[in-house]
Amino acid sequence: MKHTISVLVKNEPGILSSVCDLFSTRGFNIESLTVAATIDPIFSRITIVTVGDEVVIEQICKQLNRLINTIKVVELPKSAEKCIDRELILCKVTAKDDVRNEILRISEIFGAKIVDVSTETYTLEFSGDTRQVSTLLALLKPLGVKELVRSGMVAITRENQFINLNK
Amino acid sequence: MTAEQMNKTEKMTGARMFLECLRKEGVEKIFGYPGGVILHIYDELYKCDFIEHYLVRHEQAAVHAAEGYARITGKPGVVLVTSGPGACNTITGIANAYYDSYPLVVFTGQVDSKLIGNDAFQESDIVGITRSCCKHNYLVKNISELPRIIKESFHIAQTGKPGPVVISLPKDILTSKMEFNYPDKINLPGYNPTYEGHPIQCRRALKSLCEAKRPVIISGGGVIHSDAWQEVRELARKLNIPVATTLMGIGSYPQDDQLSLGMLGMHGNYWANHAVSNCDVLFAVGTRFNDRITGCLKRFAKDAKVIHVDIDPCSISKNVNVDIPIVGDAKNVLNLMLNEYNTGKYSFDEESRKNWIKQIEAWKECRAKFAVENAGLRPQTVIEHIYNKTKDRDTVIATEVGQHQMWTAQLYKFSKPRQLVTSGGLGTMGFGFPAAIGAQIADKNKLVFNIAGDGSIQMNIQELMTCVDYKIPVKIAVINNGYLGMVRQWQEKLFDKHYSQTPISSPDYVKLAEAYGILGLRITDESQIDEALDKAIAYDGPVIMDFIVEPFEMVYPWVLAGKPLNETLLSNDSDEKKQGV
Repeated sequence: MKHTISVLVKNEPGILSSVCDLFSTRGFNIESLTVAATIDPIFSRITIVTVGDEVVIEQICKQLNRLINTIKVVELPKSAEKCIDRELILCKVTAKDDVRNEILRISEIFGAKIVDVSTETYTLEFSGDTRQVSTLLALLKPLGVKELVRSGMVAITRENQFINLNK
Repeated sequence: MTAEQMNKTEKMTGARMFLECLRKEGVEKIFGYPGGVILHIYDELYKCDFIEHYLVRHEQAAVHAAEGYARITGKPGVVLVTSGPGACNTITGIANAYYDSYPLVVFTGQVDSKLIGNDAFQESDIVGITRSCCKHNYLVKNISELPRIIKESFHIAQTGKPGPVVISLPKDILTSKMEFNYPDKINLPGYNPTYEGHPIQCRRALKSLCEAKRPVIISGGGVIHSDAWQEVRELARKLNIPVATTLMGIGSYPQDDQLSLGMLGMHGNYWANHAVSNCDVLFAVGTRFNDRITGCLKRFAKDAKVIHVDIDPCSISKNVNVDIPIVGDAKNVLNLMLNEYNTGKYSFDEESRKNWIKQIEAWKECRAKFAVENAGLRPQTVIEHIYNKTKDRDTVIATEVGQHQMWTAQLYKFSKPRQLVTSGGLGTMGFGFPAAIGAQIADKNKLVFNIAGDGSIQMNIQELMTCVDYKIPVKIAVINNGYLGMVRQWQEKLFDKHYSQTPISSPDYVKLAEAYGILGLRITDESQIDEALDKAIAYDGPVIMDFIVEPFEMVYPWVLAGKPLNETLLSNDSDEKKQGV
């Protein structure tokens, strides 16, 4: 079962290594990981997507909390009503002759942006939840995907729920 | 102008500042080994009159000695070594302290900041290397951070679940200058160990213990860390509950007490293992349920409601599923429970307790048997004699790892905490001797014995010279059976007596003692033991006693790895099936 964990850490060198080391030394999986500074640059926020049963996820959260430079660890709710998650892709697709229009049509349906054009390629930018990204890629793949960059997931809770320093 | 005022106004080097920080933390003794990049600190030490530095012969021993010091005093042991090989040699010691949760602050030199990452001479990425075996670590990047980092390190090392903290000190930090200001406050928003147990959970735990018909307490190392042995005793006696200890918890409950079950686990007492297997409520305090304690996890206390008190939330439900978790400091939690009990609202069924204790008394008939008939000097006999000779003194026993360690844990009737110094979690051979040195440095009035195997003692035997230099009168008892005995024991039982690489030779320990200018004694018969021990204890200095013992003795009771605790073997002929109750 996939779980998304949001971790607020001190923005210091080495902290990302500590988090990654914890996953490798304890045999936990990382499906994806994104990290960047928060609005307050002394903190960073790491979003980790991991796989495991309830017992494993509980251990992961406890172990993450145990790190001295970890401020807060929250397992994000899975339901889309409570939590929004997004991934970003940049995708370079072969775009010759007859398929150029097809790609434009698909982009329009998904609300993807063409951010670069050449005589033989289009580069698409798209952000959406994991399912939308996968569907778009499934449609583009037969047309010839030359290069794909896919970010890890970022996620945030809805409405009046915050993950910040104030516990 | 006082020194304090001068400190505030005058700029000082990082090297000097390092010593001033140690002074602020009340550090008097450090263990170390000099080298290239920390020469500036050693130069300051040369002029320093408030810190005693103990020069070891190998950096690993410095860390073990610091841990021995920490085990006796309860304060962090402090280590100072150079970069590269000096830092790398500390790893085993750091990992050992991490596993057994003892506080250390380890300072390692580092090459100049500008050279870090360039594969400079004697560079090692000690922060990266120690990440998984220390509680926290730091690389000092600017001299302005140095006082804060040292302050935080001492705080982190000795609070919560104690552990080692590593600080990497680049050379240029030690030579740059700044005004010295030691911070008063610590700001670590991500570090808030829970000390107070949840009152509702404590009440639930107490209620369960009162309702229990067959309760058992397991007292672990955490009871020693939090100084909670009085509370464990009080609770056990008030509620009439038998107490088993883990290896790390030895001494937290007096072994000659009526309610004492002694040690449980792989080489624990038959009755302790059976009591835990058959209990209906298990109250575990300050233990992380290591596999050496639980045996087969699925069948560990399988009918019991488990109550677990630990300061580290990660320990709870990690190995054993817990019904009533209590995160908090053992002393606080137990006091909460005792106060609650003293309100008089609680009572327990004395009749069922009596029956339970009667059942345990019956199990106490099942005692381990010797493996070898008509043996010469038995190792067990040596330990018993050491106990009888030292029990009325203020004695510390440090052990290495192996058969002698288990015999000591079984046969030496420890009655006080901080009396046994042994490597539990990591199981480090070579730990005991340097740790004994640290223990003796912590308190020169104690009688310190290092009970060692002939394999283990050779792992850090170079420290004999440290003992000689500082006149540290550690008494080493080598239980010499010519084998790596514990491994041999497994080979005998489980590997068709293929003694692969386990016969191990030793130097002539008496001549070795002579070479170091200390007392060496050889004992080959039981009749010589007491005289030798008297001589060793009376001798003003380090002593090596070489006890030539029966090689094929085995440590029983024995629960084979992966087996449940109620399949405790008592002798070579034990049929484990029949033993199960």
